[in-house]
Amino acid sequence: MTKSGFVIANLFRKRTRTILTLLSVIMAFLLFGLLQSVNTIFNSGGDFVGATRLFVQARVSFTSPLPISMLPKLEAIPGVGRVAYQQWFGGVWQENTPLIMFATDPLRYHDVYPEWVMPDAQWQAFEHTRTGMIAGKQIADQYGWKVGQKIPINSNIYPQKNGSKAWAFDLVGIFDGKDEEWKKRTNLAFIQQDYFDEANQFGIKGRTNFYILKLSDPARAEAVSKTVDAMFENSADETKTQTEKDFNISFVKQIGDIGLIVRWILFAVFFTLLLVVGNTMAQSVRERIPELAVLKTLGFSDRSVLGFVLAEAFALVLFGGLVGLLLASIAGAMVEKGTGGQFQLSLDGSVWLLGVLAIVLMSLAVGLLPALRARRLRIVDALAGR
Amino acid sequence: MNQAAMNQAAVGQAGVSKPAVSVEANAMSEPMVQVRNVTKVYERGKQKIEVLHGLTLEIPRGDFVALMGPSGSGKTTLLNLIGGLDQPTSGEITVGGRRIDRMTSGQLAQWRAHNVGFVFQFYNLMPVLSAEGNVELPLLLTKLSAAQRRKNVGVALEIVGLSDRAKHKPKELSGGQEQRVAIARALVSDPQLLVCDEPTGDLDRKTADEILGLLQVLNREHGKTIVMVTHDPKAAEFARRTLHLEKGQLLEQAA
Repeated sequence: MTKSGFVIANLFRKRTRTILTLLSVIMAFLLFGLLQSVNTIFNSGGDFVGATRLFVQARVSFTSPLPISMLPKLEAIPGVGRVAYQQWFGGVWQENTPLIMFATDPLRYHDVYPEWVMPDAQWQAFEHTRTGMIAGKQIADQYGWKVGQKIPINSNIYPQKNGSKAWAFDLVGIFDGKDEEWKKRTNLAFIQQDYFDEANQFGIKGRTNFYILKLSDPARAEAVSKTVDAMFENSADETKTQTEKDFNISFVKQIGDIGLIVRWILFAVFFTLLLVVGNTMAQSVRERIPELAVLKTLGFSDRSVLGFVLAEAFALVLFGGLVGLLLASIAGAMVEKGTGGQFQLSLDGSVWLLGVLAIVLMSLAVGLLPALRARRLRIVDALAGR
Repeated sequence: MNQAAMNQAAVGQAGVSKPAVSVEANAMSEPMVQVRNVTKVYERGKQKIEVLHGLTLEIPRGDFVALMGPSGSGKTTLLNLIGGLDQPTSGEITVGGRRIDRMTSGQLAQWRAHNVGFVFQFYNLMPVLSAEGNVELPLLLTKLSAAQRRKNVGVALEIVGLSDRAKHKPKELSGGQEQRVAIARALVSDPQLLVCDEPTGDLDRKTADEILGLLQVLNREHGKTIVMVTHDPKAAEFARRTLHLEKGQLLEQAA
């Protein structure tokens, strides 16, 4: 027998209680892992994008499209190199799998986003095929799309002129990312703006959700941003210009302050966990006051007894926490795979690090009071049941 | 007692030592326990209760002393003080040549681990551990290797006649067997002093006699000094002498 063996034996003295407590720890850390991943996604905003592009959207909301006629004015601003635009299509694959899909001008998009890697022939095919579509490698692999196929896609917003929301596009290219960061984001697809303009039933012709300005001089980002917004101030289409990173952050935060929501949910989860595990530990120590007194009688010091109780709390939270994080990692990877990378919930190193920190803090929080009680125990009183 | 022969065979195999000389010959040549003018006052709220009043006592090495007296006479308090579980309000206590009345709680814990074995009325075994796990517990405080610990545990269990119950948990043992495990636990680190608080108080007569016989063997053949608190005059008969306490004072000394 070893001291750790003794700790584990004590932990399982009430097997059912320990298993139930472990399950609550596992569940809490599973939630922690997944929610923290969500939080990371929503707060990262894409540090990978650099500061070479600005996004211009309607000041009210990017759901109010801006006129394409702005294009030459934007291109004329000093410091702006090339301008592309994107219109949300609202694509749905098969019955209910949403796709990240935009209508765009192929050549402009290619110029503004050199990070997407695709053979020139496929870029040209995209430019010259009105019903053409290009898809990221991730999404193409996931749905088994091959270049040359006709891909039937519904739009949950835009019907065609015949009233049908069922569209069909010719897949003319599959693009990949230039590096690992960009490869992870090849979960989107593009169609031709001209075709979309011509074929959709709604009267949004000649408009687009947002412009992307590729700067010739990134140092002028702030000046360009101010110039753009000033240029359209008091017009029917006032603009809001921000860096690509800020745009990404504000895009995902439209549904609320995710970080705050996540923090409150985690606070509730861990507070409940604190009560559950804390109560288990306190009860466990209360039940064996005489045994702890015997340990001291045998010569275990006050500090050793404190260590035993803390070790029990740590073992319980560590085991449950690691299993919970592992399950979150598996579940996150499955969600990521299942959605073609649209929800990148795989746990990264920072979530594991935070998880381990939470395990240590939680162990201390639930174990310290019972451990101090065990440490302060007077042998004679405890043996006499006082 | 057949057990004695088996016990003797086990002695000397490992940590539990055989006395260098016969206890009878060596008997009482030097004091194992010296209690001088000890007073113990407990505070219960605002009330102060003086349990021992200037008690003086000497127990020679190799002695087997039964402490008797009515409830509240201070027997267990005296036993706790001798075993280093509590400290006197005043007075001196020397055990095995060391003053223990001034030791800090940490020093006392260390001292207890190496010098005293405890046997309680209700056995106080760890329910989550097997018999051998319980006996091994005090050895976790030593630097012995796992193999050496197992060996010592085996010898201690053999001495108490429970080798075949080594893997059993306390709830799978009878009261007498549990008390034997407790005695093995008290013996395993080879202390010279055993303090026993009503060791047979929870046992039937026959089992009690077996346990007391075992204590007698430990005293006579292994040289352990034993101080035993008991209410039972028949139990006291197994001791070399009986001390009577009343109202915190030693009354008499009976051979």
